[in-house]
Amino acid sequence: MITFEDVSFRYEEDGPAALAGVDLHIPEGELCLVAGHTGTGKSTLLGAVNGLVPRFTGGHLRGRVTVAGHGTESRPPQEFAHLVGRVGQDPLAGFVTDNVEEELAYGMEQLAVRPEVMRKRVEETLDLLGIADLRGRALRSLSGGQQQRVAIGSVLTTHPSVLVLDEPTSALDPTAAEDVLSAVLRLVHDLGVTVLIAEHRMERVLQYADRLLHLPGDGSVRDGTPAELMPDCAVAPPVVQLGRAAGWSPLPLSVRDARRRAAGLRQQLADRTPGPPHPVDTDTDTDTGPGAGTADAGGSQRTPLGEPLLTARSITVTYGSTVAVRRVDLRLAAGEVVALMGRNGSGKSSLLWAVQGSGPRRSGTVESAGGDPGDLPAAEARALVGLVPQTAADLLYLQTVDEECAQADAESAVAKGSCRALLDELAPGIDGASHPRDLSEGQQLALVLAIQLTAAPRVMLLDEPTRGLDYAAKRRFGAIVRRLAADGRSVVIATHDVEFVAAVADRVVVMADGEIVADGATPDVVCSSPAFAPQVAKVLSPLPWLTPDQVARALAHAGAEPAAALPYEGAPR
Amino acid sequence: MSGDRNPARPGRGWPELTWPPLARPLHPGAWWLWALGLAVAASRTTNPLLLAMILAVAAYVVVRRRGDAPWALSFRMYLALGAFIIVMRVAFRVVFGGGQGDTVLFTLPEIPLPEAAAGIRLFGEVAAEQLLGGFYDGLRLATMVVCVGAANSLADPKRMLKALPGALYEVGASVVVALTVAPQLVESVRRVRRARRLRGAGGKGRRALRGIIIPVLEDALNRSLALAAAMASRGYGRTGGADPRTRLITGVLVIVGLVGVCGGLYGVLDAAAPALLGAPLLLGGGAVALAGLLVGGRRVRRTGYRPDRWRPAELLTAGAGVTTAALMFLTAGVDPDNLYPSLSPLSWPELSLVPVLAVLAGVLPAFLTPEPPRSAAPPAGVPRAGGVESGTGAAPAAPSAPAANGAEPRKEPVP
Repeated sequence: MITFEDVSFRYEEDGPAALAGVDLHIPEGELCLVAGHTGTGKSTLLGAVNGLVPRFTGGHLRGRVTVAGHGTESRPPQEFAHLVGRVGQDPLAGFVTDNVEEELAYGMEQLAVRPEVMRKRVEETLDLLGIADLRGRALRSLSGGQQQRVAIGSVLTTHPSVLVLDEPTSALDPTAAEDVLSAVLRLVHDLGVTVLIAEHRMERVLQYADRLLHLPGDGSVRDGTPAELMPDCAVAPPVVQLGRAAGWSPLPLSVRDARRRAAGLRQQLADRTPGPPHPVDTDTDTDTGPGAGTADAGGSQRTPLGEPLLTARSITVTYGSTVAVRRVDLRLAAGEVVALMGRNGSGKSSLLWAVQGSGPRRSGTVESAGGDPGDLPAAEARALVGLVPQTAADLLYLQTVDEECAQADAESAVAKGSCRALLDELAPGIDGASHPRDLSEGQQLALVLAIQLTAAPRVMLLDEPTRGLDYAAKRRFGAIVRRLAADGRSVVIATHDVEFVAAVADRVVVMADGEIVADGATPDVVCSSPAFAPQVAKVLSPLPWLTPDQVARALAHAGAEPAAALPYEGAPR
Repeated sequence: MSGDRNPARPGRGWPELTWPPLARPLHPGAWWLWALGLAVAASRTTNPLLLAMILAVAAYVVVRRRGDAPWALSFRMYLALGAFIIVMRVAFRVVFGGGQGDTVLFTLPEIPLPEAAAGIRLFGEVAAEQLLGGFYDGLRLATMVVCVGAANSLADPKRMLKALPGALYEVGASVVVALTVAPQLVESVRRVRRARRLRGAGGKGRRALRGIIIPVLEDALNRSLALAAAMASRGYGRTGGADPRTRLITGVLVIVGLVGVCGGLYGVLDAAAPALLGAPLLLGGGAVALAGLLVGGRRVRRTGYRPDRWRPAELLTAGAGVTTAALMFLTAGVDPDNLYPSLSPLSWPELSLVPVLAVLAGVLPAFLTPEPPRSAAPPAGVPRAGGVESGTGAAPAAPSAPAANGAEPRKEPVP
């Protein structure tokens, strides 16, 4: 169906190769998962399928890409519309019309499909994706998951034989992501579409994938079945990491596989107490090790909490007549990492903005060492409570990283170089002369975080910082967050990422409909419901283990199994 | 072309012979023809009674037949604009137009002007003729504006763009995209401004402007690139690369034709213009433009999803508008006195039968067209007439509310 014949691609004549000598043949009807770190050429590979690369991106492509026998070198992407359907990360950015039905019909209109056929296909597609009740709705009023399903539907109506999905769930909450992925899986089974999908929630797709394309980062593509490639793949879901730590072979690809294999491991771990779930700096680590023989379930032997830094009382945020946050109390202590979870629109962001004082707050008070940040001018409020917004790049507007750092020093009235020093601590090795917008997502996040930390707030609020970060970047970011907490700050992270929460947070607060529905230590909250449980917890339940790190360390201490190669160390930087 | 019919299917053209007709939106073109007919009729008279009747007819039809989409609420803005026009017209007559007419109502202190401005008088005597003249003029213009407003609140602007001929498809597509992108731009400005507070920076001054514009522009550029890529991969502009000569011919024909139409319209509407500038130029221009659109439309291979069709109700609506305009033209030839009531000597405006009938023809769509579909179904038991008010009742709701459930499925009978 799709062939790559010795394809090489570079964005600049003398720049590094994004793809180098790629030879691929993807037969019809396969579900093909594309994996690799950010910046290894996943999007380039996917874009090349219908010719968007290089026609829309610029760059030099050598070799030949064909879909169903048609080469992309002679035809523009338009001429592939009936063959290749493409769905991107942000569905809203790709919508042409403004209501669901017309969006579904748009592609067919372009292909001059007869009106009667169009009408029928729109109805079929509405049913296929379970969005029939949304048919007349305005696209902007839909939730992210609904939008993404409409986007998939809108390319399906032209009956393409290839579906290209570039991280379709990266902007969605877990439930919405499940919806979208299950819709995709159904398409593969029911319609026999060839699907090429880049997906950071690999664990959801891995077990169904017929083929894995792994991009190690040097422009090459490793091609094989998931079982063949997983043992030494740099990106791996927690369940695979667990399998590696336990030395299983073949590696489990799904929770179900692992669960069936894990009886022995559970027995082995039953009388141990899990160590801290987050990766520990080995030099400063005085690991509690196997701990006392008593398995006190959910007992956390984390650092005792410091003094309270911030107390918010009955915070209420309203927009017009909608109540976004309803009388919420929140207490933050020094040295604590709190995860704020809940579906999109449950009031997480509103709560963070209201606590910081920059967002609207209808009523309620915030007590902190320097007063209520809501009553202070912006410059003083940010010295008490810092906030990194969801789209962190909104804060960057200068030409170079150095200028941004100097500006941050001036804003916070601190000695020159403070911001740069913080940045080097968070993410060493960023070139000061580079443009902030050329940095990777992780580096941008670190820069914004450094800018906000320059004002030396003791409370740091992070709104969805992990979105767009791959496994390795997330891991590094988790370490940064732990370090902030170790310095006596209090960190709040609003996130959907269960695995990240399991590895980093001390406490989890779950919001729904503007109210707090659960608030407790991470293992208690996270293990009590399957939707929030990280994979390792699902495999080892009822034992309160959360991350592969914990298990690997415990096994290493016991000297039992060879703790295999710790998966992440091999990750290319 | 968008509206390709399938003659093989029986009964497609006349599916609504039941009464009352099923609720559905009317073809936007029909509303525009109707409203333009009323506006043309208004342009042929200064009789305040007739103008008031036209206003009443337009307003009544709007109230009966508008939906509850955001644009449907724009009618009151046109009414306000009309009132403003009248006030301005009268005020100008008071300020500048002194000294015409014998029936002096009151005298304002005159402001002496230098020799250079001879012939212009500020204030001074204010005569009834002068005020009435301003009022008649203003009322005529206001009525025309309100008629356009009626079309705007009755017809879905996006469906109107969809109904554009194939050759103008690209124009329509870009307007639709612009309409969609504008709110996104506003949203991103708001987001960035709010984010700036987090750096302790204010929202004013040159530096702030830069801090807002750069992230917003970056956002907008990224989004437009993403949109272009998305549109291309979905087949937009598939056959657009026809041959450049056809494109050129199309463009020239359409533009020349439209210029002809404009000139012709001017000729028809301005009674003092030479006859050659009127109907012949209008028809000639129309023909040339049509030829251009047909040539352009031929190269377009594209279909429309659920195109609006011309059915009896549409023909009736357009016909009502055209009848009003045509009857008004006829009377203008036979009995012009009643259309332009005399100012000197002052006389009461009078009505004669034909113009009244002409204007009344314009109200027919209020009764004979199907109701527009409403997003929130009126509670059971509420009579149909009561349902009309639900549109106005929703007016004070937050702007997000109509956006959230604004576009409800058109309850068109499935053929």
